Amino acid sequence: MSAREEILAAVRGALREADRTEAPVPRGYRTVTPPDVVDLFAERVVDYRASLTRCTAAELPDAVRAALGPARKVLVPDGFPIEVAGSADSAELDTFDAVVTTAALGIATTGTLVLDHGPGQGRRALSLVPDVHVCVLRQDRIVPGVPQAVAALDPARPQTWISGPSATSDIELTRVEGVHGPRTLHVIVVAD
Amino acid sequence: MPAFPEAARKALADTQLRRNLAHATGTIRAKREAVVGEVAEWEELRLAGAAIKDNTLRRLDEHLLTLEASLQARGATVHWARDAAEACEIVARIAHGHGIDEVVKVKSMATQEIGLNEALAAHGVTAWETDLAELIVQLGDDLPSHILVPAIHRNRAEIREVFRRGMADAGRPAPPGLSDEPAELAAAARLHLREKFLRARMAVSGANFAVAESGTLVVVESEGNGRMCLTLPEVLVSVVGIEKVVPTFADLDVFLQLLPRSSTGERMNPYTSTWSGVTPGDGPQEMHVVLLDNGRTRALADEVGRQALRCIRCSACLNVCPVYERTGGHAYGSVYPGPIGAILNPLLKGVGVDEQTDSLPYASTLCGACFEACPVRIDIPEVLVHLRAKVVDAHREGVPKPEAVAMKSAAWLLSDARRLGLAERGLGVANRALTRFGRRVLPGGRRALGRLPWPGSLWTNARDLPAPPRESFRAWWRKGGRP
Repeated sequence: MSAREEILAAVRGALREADRTEAPVPRGYRTVTPPDVVDLFAERVVDYRASLTRCTAAELPDAVRAALGPARKVLVPDGFPIEVAGSADSAELDTFDAVVTTAALGIATTGTLVLDHGPGQGRRALSLVPDVHVCVLRQDRIVPGVPQAVAALDPARPQTWISGPSATSDIELTRVEGVHGPRTLHVIVVAD
Repeated sequence: MPAFPEAARKALADTQLRRNLAHATGTIRAKREAVVGEVAEWEELRLAGAAIKDNTLRRLDEHLLTLEASLQARGATVHWARDAAEACEIVARIAHGHGIDEVVKVKSMATQEIGLNEALAAHGVTAWETDLAELIVQLGDDLPSHILVPAIHRNRAEIREVFRRGMADAGRPAPPGLSDEPAELAAAARLHLREKFLRARMAVSGANFAVAESGTLVVVESEGNGRMCLTLPEVLVSVVGIEKVVPTFADLDVFLQLLPRSSTGERMNPYTSTWSGVTPGDGPQEMHVVLLDNGRTRALADEVGRQALRCIRCSACLNVCPVYERTGGHAYGSVYPGPIGAILNPLLKGVGVDEQTDSLPYASTLCGACFEACPVRIDIPEVLVHLRAKVVDAHREGVPKPEAVAMKSAAWLLSDARRLGLAERGLGVANRALTRFGRRVLPGGRRALGRLPWPGSLWTNARDLPAPPRESFRAWWRKGGRP
């Protein structure tokens, strides 16, 4: 018997006596929503030691320039909403100082950005290897919590959920930012 | 591996270890409590998590077939492995097929459980751990002692030594003059590992969840090493226990709330990656998923123990356990330590197979803190008691164990009022003797003996024996109930 057949047979054997009726799953948590999701998102992002700017669409070019600071080599994926000097992609990601992307959505209760790597976001490695990540999110893309985010996302697309800069607490539980991912995360929330 | 009591005695004597552990578990406990307290619907989330997992386990065969079909439809190759050897063999074969002799690894309990690194080494393939704590463990030639923070037993000075001694042999050496500041140590690891990420052609991961309906795998992490492994190499192999399946993508809304808060005490972990098969132009273009049994169907067959397969490996039960806090993870002799390890190991391996596994259901005070902390409501104390009974049953034949003899004599004594009365009179005498000779004083002023002669020493080596009361309840009652 193949491993597949044997494991499936063992599963069926183990469940021979089991009651297979589905127990109800309580789903009330899906309707819980906090007030002022944009403010809450901003507060939680900062709590993760990311920096945050709120601006209007007209102010966005200046906000991006300010967030990039001294970075000289910048990755800007195709489809990014404003003109920023940089390359769209590269095999040599390690030589870039910073990357600018958009995001699919933001989650208020957890201060999380979700990238689904559509236009303006680039492939997954782009927002990982450079040391600075500037992420631009439209205010109307902020959802209250994890349930609303999961409901809005397409499982067929690869996703990267980002909450603050890369971090570790492996040494005496002291939090250190930037182990392998970007050491600096700058979030720009653009008003509608 | 020695049985738990023996290993625990050694751990208890290590004051540095106890200090490191008390600090670490205390810190995570407080963080977890704070972020769990923020969520008003926490209890409902726990109930939902338990119900989803139970429903899935009860129809596991159907969900596994759905998962297989959706993974294949998304361009992944699915393998099935009955045990550790078979799983390791599959991973080695994939590496050899591409002429690859080194792989990078995302921290994964399943690959530790099957001893993948050692097995790959035997096949001439070097496996590099890329999680900072796993790197500390690997370079120090050590074993992990905690599910979430495998190097929890090491302090910063010890870690600096591990890096200074071990990094050069494994690649880029530690920078000269490396201090023991956590930020500097992390920076050294960043440089050391980046070389490996950028050159690796194959990565091995586990998965926190596998969504049957969409063929989505999920990896939850903090450092970005997971993202490096999942996106930079050409070939990705994920070893996934068959209990990791959840039916729909929407079900993740429960677990992505329960896991980070229970595990690291954060609202959300820094990075979560999800992928459903191959994405053209992004990430590895060849993907394999190894569906692993390795005792899980044995655990599934145990009606009481089955609930342990709900476990999402958050490690909350370790951090609240009074036994784990004092002995640490190595005493459990397994990659799954603490309360969950005490039930998972006998369930996966079976009882009556070896002394070490049989000792684990006793490594508990049954205080119930683990059940309170468990995000998927695994009733660990219930399973512990159930497994103790199974361990006793497994030893019914042959020479009886000392506990069995003690229990038999206790049954003889307690089943007859006259015998009990006589024994109680004896206790008064014992009290007078112990009060004179017992040197220890327990909280509350009661005297205790620290050491009995053999075979009583088997008990008192690890415990104090409190002096029996001066008179029995029945004697006191006959006197009219006056002290």
